[in-house]
Amino acid sequence: MKLTINGKTKEYPEQLTMQQLLKQLNLSSERVVVELNHNILTPDMHNDTTLKSEDTIELVQFVGGG
Amino acid sequence: MLIYLNENSLEIKTGSNLYELRDHNYVAADLLIVNGYPATTDMQLHDGDRIVMIQRGKQPSAEELESLMMARHTPGVHEKIKRGRVGIAGAGGLGSHVAFALARAGIGQLNIADFDVVEPSNLNRQQYFIDQIGMPKVVALQENLQRINPGTKVNVFNQKITPDNIALCFGEIDILVEAFDTADQKAMLTNYFLSNYPDKILIAASGVAGYETSNTIRTTKITEHFYLCGDGVTAAKPGCGLMAPRVGIAAHHQANAVLRLLLNESPE
Repeated sequence: MKLTINGKTKEYPEQLTMQQLLKQLNLSSERVVVELNHNILTPDMHNDTTLKSEDTIELVQFVGGG
Repeated sequence: MLIYLNENSLEIKTGSNLYELRDHNYVAADLLIVNGYPATTDMQLHDGDRIVMIQRGKQPSAEELESLMMARHTPGVHEKIKRGRVGIAGAGGLGSHVAFALARAGIGQLNIADFDVVEPSNLNRQQYFIDQIGMPKVVALQENLQRINPGTKVNVFNQKITPDNIALCFGEIDILVEAFDTADQKAMLTNYFLSNYPDKILIAASGVAGYETSNTIRTTKITEHFYLCGDGVTAAKPGCGLMAPRVGIAAHHQANAVLRLLLNESPE
């Protein structure tokens, strides 16, 4: 499965949900903003969304301070 | 010949002098500034001179101030900025600086939400004063903004932002500035706002702590409706605190992104 994440394309051997992808990337669901194929994917959808080959994903992990 | 008096162009007869101009136009003025320098004596005026006359202790009305600002901005710019309605979620280091910059720029309306009170430790980076300690931040900020530009309409919401009150606080604005402190709150607001208001724009900040180089702080376009200011990585933590300069730089990136969007330019 080919995924483009923040502009970089990479091959993933197995099927993944968004939740599993975030875990692999060491990102916390509560601190991240996910855009899947140009639509915001809110945290309540991460577990139910299975990724498909050619998906384009933008990930922004926030850090604290302001 | 043509001169500028308090930012307005004025035709006067050639050979006029400064005190003559004062006596005709602003007899109460006790401070006369000619081309940027305070004048201590009478002098002959020249074509193109810029004269500012001030009566010490007298505040210009909101209308006078607006006409001064209008003259200061490029034609057409002031009107567009004045039409801007901007939300600011959080009135701490980021939000208070964003609010100051936008009020000075002549923004039409700010909706500002925060539930905190001003604490002594906030004064290291936030736009409050020692005599405001203990006040709700939004009340103190509204008071400070009023002192800068009474022409900016400031609506304040002294409450914690949750998905339940985002519509109340920010439903009517065009651009929202995310200015929270914690990563969880930043992500919550961004997720909720971008998914519920697909036509509005959000400008968030992440990575503003410490005193690393200024030059890693950037404005990045994530999507058409989502911009991020900061270095993206420097979190506030023990040993890497939040300090006025870098927080202020990121906040001014956010404020400039707002201006550029209002003026139909890309913030990136």
